[in-house]
Amino acid sequence: MAETAQYRVATATRTSRAGLFVLLAGVVFLATTPLWGGRAEMRLVVEFCYFLALAQMWNLLAGYAGLVSVGQQAFVGLGGYALFVFSIWLGVHPLLALPLAAVAAALFAIPTALIVFRLRGAYFAIGTWVTAEVYRLSFAQVSDLGGGSGMSLPIGVIKSVAGSRAERELVVFAIGVAVAVAATGIVYWLLRSRHGLALTAIRDSEPASESLGVNNFRTKLYVYVLAASITGFIGALIYLQKFRIAPDAAFSLIDWTAYVIFIVVIGGIGRIEGPIVGTIVFFILREFLADLGSWYLMILGLVAVVVMLRAPQGIWGLLAARFDLHFFPVQRRLYRRDGSPP
Amino acid sequence: MDWVNAVIQGILVGGLYALFATGLSLIFGVMRLVNIAHGDLIVLSSFLCLAIVSGLGLHPLIVLLIVVPVMFAIGYALQRGLLNFTLGPDILPPLLVTFGLSIVIQNALLEIFSADSQKLPAGALQTASLQIVEGLAVGVFPLIVFACAIVVIAGLQFLFYRTALGSAFRATSDDPDTARLMGIDNRHIFALAMAISLAVVALAGVFLGMRTSFDPSIGPGRLIYAFEAVIIGGLGSLWGTLAGGIILGVSQIVGGKLFPGADQLAGHVVFLILLVVRPRGLFPRAVD
Repeated sequence: MAETAQYRVATATRTSRAGLFVLLAGVVFLATTPLWGGRAEMRLVVEFCYFLALAQMWNLLAGYAGLVSVGQQAFVGLGGYALFVFSIWLGVHPLLALPLAAVAAALFAIPTALIVFRLRGAYFAIGTWVTAEVYRLSFAQVSDLGGGSGMSLPIGVIKSVAGSRAERELVVFAIGVAVAVAATGIVYWLLRSRHGLALTAIRDSEPASESLGVNNFRTKLYVYVLAASITGFIGALIYLQKFRIAPDAAFSLIDWTAYVIFIVVIGGIGRIEGPIVGTIVFFILREFLADLGSWYLMILGLVAVVVMLRAPQGIWGLLAARFDLHFFPVQRRLYRRDGSPP
Repeated sequence: MDWVNAVIQGILVGGLYALFATGLSLIFGVMRLVNIAHGDLIVLSSFLCLAIVSGLGLHPLIVLLIVVPVMFAIGYALQRGLLNFTLGPDILPPLLVTFGLSIVIQNALLEIFSADSQKLPAGALQTASLQIVEGLAVGVFPLIVFACAIVVIAGLQFLFYRTALGSAFRATSDDPDTARLMGIDNRHIFALAMAISLAVVALAGVFLGMRTSFDPSIGPGRLIYAFEAVIIGGLGSLWGTLAGGIILGVSQIVGGKLFPGADQLAGHVVFLILLVVRPRGLFPRAVD
């Protein structure tokens, strides 16, 4: 009788099953906003959802693939502009333009990756930033897209989403919630798959993973392009809600990358729960501190610095270690079949 | 003659970019730290100089005698009190801590000095120029900046390869653990490297403020120029940094002349092309 037969490998834990209910309750709470809240609440939930989705994507890059990008605003901007180009120039229905924006972002991500992947570590980070600047400055040169001052979605395009304003807001709301759930689900699914094992191996040691047969370059490229395309979709959604786009706002480092980095760092980098906790904390802080203007950003920056120094695993990391919580179990654990600990 | 003029101006601006870049290159060489707050520290130096100039009514170049030592001290304290704790095999902590620091400095400057554009009064130096031939004149101030860049780089080169401190820098860079066995206090060496880096940053910040107008938001842009000059020149090469700065400066000014309004874009595009053609830079030294 082989010794191994006494053991089984599992990822689920008791808390992960309990966590699933907490999460479901959270999703139901958000998804039913139109029943209990007004327009302002719906807008806030959409914003919460796209920040959560952006944070999941950044966390996938930085926390799992070791790709610390400071240039994700490139894909938010590209997605946003893709919405305008497809729906105004090519007459595509705006809701169809959302997935097309994701495709466009992915197409731009491939050459971008081939350039910035030549840089390592921190230099990679600044390299992604330079490419985002190149996109920003390039779009500012296109006078048909309003140049530096930007442009608005024409009324006709806006009306084609849905007849009334309430219906349009409902459509954007539904897509927003769906994209947050989907982004979280995709990261979870990816990490549970064999690609997730490859990613974890790359994160822990690049030479070791390469020697075990992982194609580091290709794995990183896939993840980068995937994150870019989802970020592009989110960008298109953001500008379908805002109706107005301009290069400085669409390719804003602070709005689309700095906030997102703070969310992930404060929540817990390299954990799927991290972006969720971080986004909740971010919105609570913003609710109380947004009136303080530049003090708000200073406090946010300081909190992130302190968290990185004192608790690099973030808030969720502290909670998970203290209470053995795993809402999204991606860690494979060994159990004895008779139930006793291995 | 217009084009010759543009190229000369580009070369001279390159001197300023080289000053932006040497500090970044230096600390990367010694401790593999990329300081995302580098650009904001440049702008901080400009504002520090502005505060002293408007308080005491001195010329900015004389105020350098205060700003440089102050930034040197800030650099030492910053490394000793904060950044040393982020160093390790993981690149995330230094990156994210300096990123947070960048946001904090930017917003602190915004809170204190407002978003208004400022300029350091350069006096007669502002307009003084040397006539080389008919129709070709070179500003005295850009020449001074360029000469300073050469002196700073030559000085650092001397420090690195001819002095005991330089040996300690290179030893900690090559193998920090063995360096410690040889009696070198890494924490102190790293702090000195950051102090020297910020002393150069102070010089760059004051020159920047005398050359163009500045406001709290321009730090990240300066970081990007510094970074591009470092990568074009080749990691770890100080003279390469000067070459990188010059290439960037010439691309921007000539590019801006060809396509009005696209000077920054031209610089970035030339950088990306060079990154594809020569990923390790023109004069690579460090292996990383």
